[in-house]
Amino acid sequence: MPATPAYHIYPCGDHAVTIELGDTVDAAINQKVIALFAYLKRQQLNGVKDIIPAYHTVTIVYDVILLKKQANDITAYEMICVQIEKAIDSFTAEPPTAARLMRIPVCYDLSLAPDITSLAALHKISIDEVIRLHTGKTYRVYMIGFLPGFAYMGTVDDKISTPRKPQPRTSVPAGSVGIAGTQTGIYPFNSPGGWQLIGQTPVQLFSVTREDPCYLQPGDDIEFYSITITEFEKLKQL
Amino acid sequence: MSLRIHKSGLLDALQDSGRYGYQHLGINPGGVMDILAMKTANALVGNDAGEPVLEMHFPAAEIVFETMVLIALSGADFSATINGDPVPILHPIIVQQGSILRFGKNITGARIYLAVAGGYTTNEWLNSSSTHKQVKAGGFGGRSLQKNDILSLKKNKTTRVLLMDKPCMVYPWEAKVSDLYVVSPFKFIPGAEYFCLTETSKQQLKSGVFTIDQQSDRMGYRLRGESIGLESFRDLISTAVTKGTIQLLPDGQLIILMADHQTTGGYPRMGHIISTDFPSLAQLRAGEKFSLQKTNIPTAENLLIEQQRNLQQLQNACNFRLEEYLKNHQ
Repeated sequence: MPATPAYHIYPCGDHAVTIELGDTVDAAINQKVIALFAYLKRQQLNGVKDIIPAYHTVTIVYDVILLKKQANDITAYEMICVQIEKAIDSFTAEPPTAARLMRIPVCYDLSLAPDITSLAALHKISIDEVIRLHTGKTYRVYMIGFLPGFAYMGTVDDKISTPRKPQPRTSVPAGSVGIAGTQTGIYPFNSPGGWQLIGQTPVQLFSVTREDPCYLQPGDDIEFYSITITEFEKLKQL
Repeated sequence: MSLRIHKSGLLDALQDSGRYGYQHLGINPGGVMDILAMKTANALVGNDAGEPVLEMHFPAAEIVFETMVLIALSGADFSATINGDPVPILHPIIVQQGSILRFGKNITGARIYLAVAGGYTTNEWLNSSSTHKQVKAGGFGGRSLQKNDILSLKKNKTTRVLLMDKPCMVYPWEAKVSDLYVVSPFKFIPGAEYFCLTETSKQQLKSGVFTIDQQSDRMGYRLRGESIGLESFRDLISTAVTKGTIQLLPDGQLIILMADHQTTGGYPRMGHIISTDFPSLAQLRAGEKFSLQKTNIPTAENLLIEQQRNLQQLQNACNFRLEEYLKNHQ
């Protein structure tokens, strides 16, 4: 990994700026994103309200009025860019910390997997093969977005990669495990959604009472394992 | 020291200036749609600018004051009455115990704010009192107010004014907000995909008229207008979006992300409404029309500083008048 990542910065409106570190969905680029996010967070840059890592970008939301109070001759945007550039210059990508491996139980029972039959038929494979392929890989959490605690994970095997449903459902139950393109994800809440639903996890992905409300973090490694409906019901009681 | 919801409204929830610092967890900032109205109402009753307020939509709740309290309304005008007598927005009003606040007609604006002197007792979650309905946290148990909810108030000293047997008294000064709000066209900073627009579509953004669709809420305003298209385009990778981001939907229509927007999105970013104009846009209702105007960062920042200066003057004037009044009438 180079000491200073190649990047370009552009405004995201008048109170946020986006740093782009690549132009593809790629684990190495995403690793840089997460390292830069962690680094910028530790820097505690002046006037920063939020730092949001995504697949290939880090976006910084800043307080224009606070920054403008400190300098009249340049814009708050320029001030934040200078700070970012300085931070990136001194950013020596630390050796990547070993990813946390999280194993998540999923029940692929038809009663909890409304799209698994059509998905299997579309790819001309059996439902068991869908389950085998979905549980057979280690996925990476690329980012958290869409809903509090919703982890975008990738990438699924080509043989089960499936576009979103043309008509999103008005309500998807919390815990539903879905596929959208080459991504897989879990709905932390009941919510509208268009992902192809192939199972459900009893794990609670988000809790307001936990100090760290999200169960998953960007950069985590994820493995799914299949459980029966009886085990699902039992774990759900916990 | 409390208010009671006598009849629930469409969507009435406690909000503050938002929950920042957690968007990396997918937790959106939320908060008031019209931050100018929040700060104005707080100034009128002598609160800190960031004190949580009650944001109400039309039809709004009916509220019984179970204690004498100094209040102020701001933002939209829903033709408020207290015990049947009309009361204006943008004035401090001292309200007698047992009085009832009702709203008649939606005259202007989309959201009205109620501030009480001293502030409401709220549930804080992640350093904010904003109501997050999805995770059911913050504000009043993380939900909008319902009939018979009791909203406790913090202790406050400014309410000791003799009211005799009147249900309320309107203080004789008004917060002048005319130089805080703007009218259409609303200004935007071009977004990352603005330059992918066809020339016709750029022209359409510049001179087109957009109508706010019925399917608009605190998450986003869907717009109706002539269809907009891109010159060349490849699938985008999702990235962070902000309050005011204007996205192009696959059907050629636009959506503007509002206070309860998602933290990330994958639709092309046509632009971003500037911070100064956002509260004015947030007061428009479904069916209302507006147009857009391109601007740049230095202009946007200067406008925000100027608005902040005007707001500061308003706050100073309100504080001064309230202190003088209370000194002379206690």
